[in-house]
Amino acid sequence: MREPVRITLPNEAHLLRGLAAGAEVALSGVVFTARDATHVRLVADFERLGALPYGLVGQALFYAGPTPPRPGRPAGSVGPTTASRMDAWTPQLLRAGVVATIGKGPRSEEVRRACAETGAVYLVAVGGAAALLGERVVRAEVVAFPELGPEALVRLELRDLPVFVGIDATGGDLYASVAAQSTQESS
Amino acid sequence: MLDASAIGDVVREAIPRLACSLRADVREALERALTAERSERGRRVIEMLLDNAAIAERDGSPLCQDTGTVWVWVEAGQYECVPPGLAQALDAAVRDAYQTSGLRMSVVRDALLDRSNTGDNTPAFLDVSWRPGSGATVHVMLKGGGSDNASCVRMLPPSAGEDGVVEAVLGAVTEKGASACPPLVIGVGIGGTFDTVAKLSKRALLRSLDAPATDPRTRALEERILAAVNATGIGPAGLGGDTTALGVRVLTAPSHIAALPVAVNLGCCAMRSASIEVSGA
Repeated sequence: MREPVRITLPNEAHLLRGLAAGAEVALSGVVFTARDATHVRLVADFERLGALPYGLVGQALFYAGPTPPRPGRPAGSVGPTTASRMDAWTPQLLRAGVVATIGKGPRSEEVRRACAETGAVYLVAVGGAAALLGERVVRAEVVAFPELGPEALVRLELRDLPVFVGIDATGGDLYASVAAQSTQESS
Repeated sequence: MLDASAIGDVVREAIPRLACSLRADVREALERALTAERSERGRRVIEMLLDNAAIAERDGSPLCQDTGTVWVWVEAGQYECVPPGLAQALDAAVRDAYQTSGLRMSVVRDALLDRSNTGDNTPAFLDVSWRPGSGATVHVMLKGGGSDNASCVRMLPPSAGEDGVVEAVLGAVTEKGASACPPLVIGVGIGGTFDTVAKLSKRALLRSLDAPATDPRTRALEERILAAVNATGIGPAGLGGDTTALGVRVLTAPSHIAALPVAVNLGCCAMRSASIEVSGA
């Protein structure tokens, strides 16, 4: 397996477009945590303002609700939640300027097509590795919705967060190819 | 006589340990899988999970950011009484453990009518039943939302038989297993009624991966389902490979003459549970 590609967001986000589904990336720089309740608020703000709020154009959303930070550390344990729960909102957010999403599990056909259409990518982080992933957070700052607790919009700065390209910018889908391969082997 | 505060103490003490320390049998199964897994990406994921367990243990940080809902099953000796204030003692234990150990609060007040966070991870979800002997066995599980969301109950016709059971488990795994944080531990309940079969499948997750079923027929079924699940190729993190599940645990029970209830409770790679004996003195 090739060495992970090192990419720093948001400045090198364009490099994500060149990666094929399955590639491993060591992700650094800025991402914003957003899960279910965060999406409800973000989409309401977006519909009211007609534009993405909180400077999210060109940024990545990480579907994560971390544990509280431990004393002296920027973050607690941080890991991906099931991405398909965000599928209903994702195409409009990608069209509005979000360039990447990070989560776990397969996405809908609508999300895959929206990735191909906008050049956005879906990155997969490993579920159940949140102590390891939490160590890769160097800074965390609540940007909005502190009342949502673990579902607040938090700006994270990462150093070498390991992720895999789940859906690439041409719409190539790692989960679909895994499923196709298993069907082939069992037939 | 059982004492509510003693049971509360056991649960309070177990929660931070379960959140930060991978079950030894699960860790050992991951170590074996690292050798057996043929997918390079799959091995990379398993390596991350083992590194994660070491970091969590070293730092006392949670294995997973989803520190779960707390399920407590008090299996009391047959002549023991349920102590007054048990539910209150368990809620107090959960509140205290989650607040002092920096765990994530993951419970809303009402699934539909009020999705505001309760702020202290209460209520605990409590079951009580009876077993021979005295004292009580207190089972504690921190259950993540992603893996519970991928679980299901199927009411099969008895004619579906063992093949139907295997198909039901395979259906659950292929439909949603990739989002349930594989390699999975799969709990399968067979029998009982619509409501009790789900509990059976959850209880099945408590049995160690090192402890084969005592009934050879159950043991053979567990091995058959495991082989079928691992032939799907879903693999670690759902990104392809041989290790979709580390183990399958089956519990069977009596049922109606018309019924073959089957429940599949998927446990994630950070399966967190313990069973603790409490004396009745």
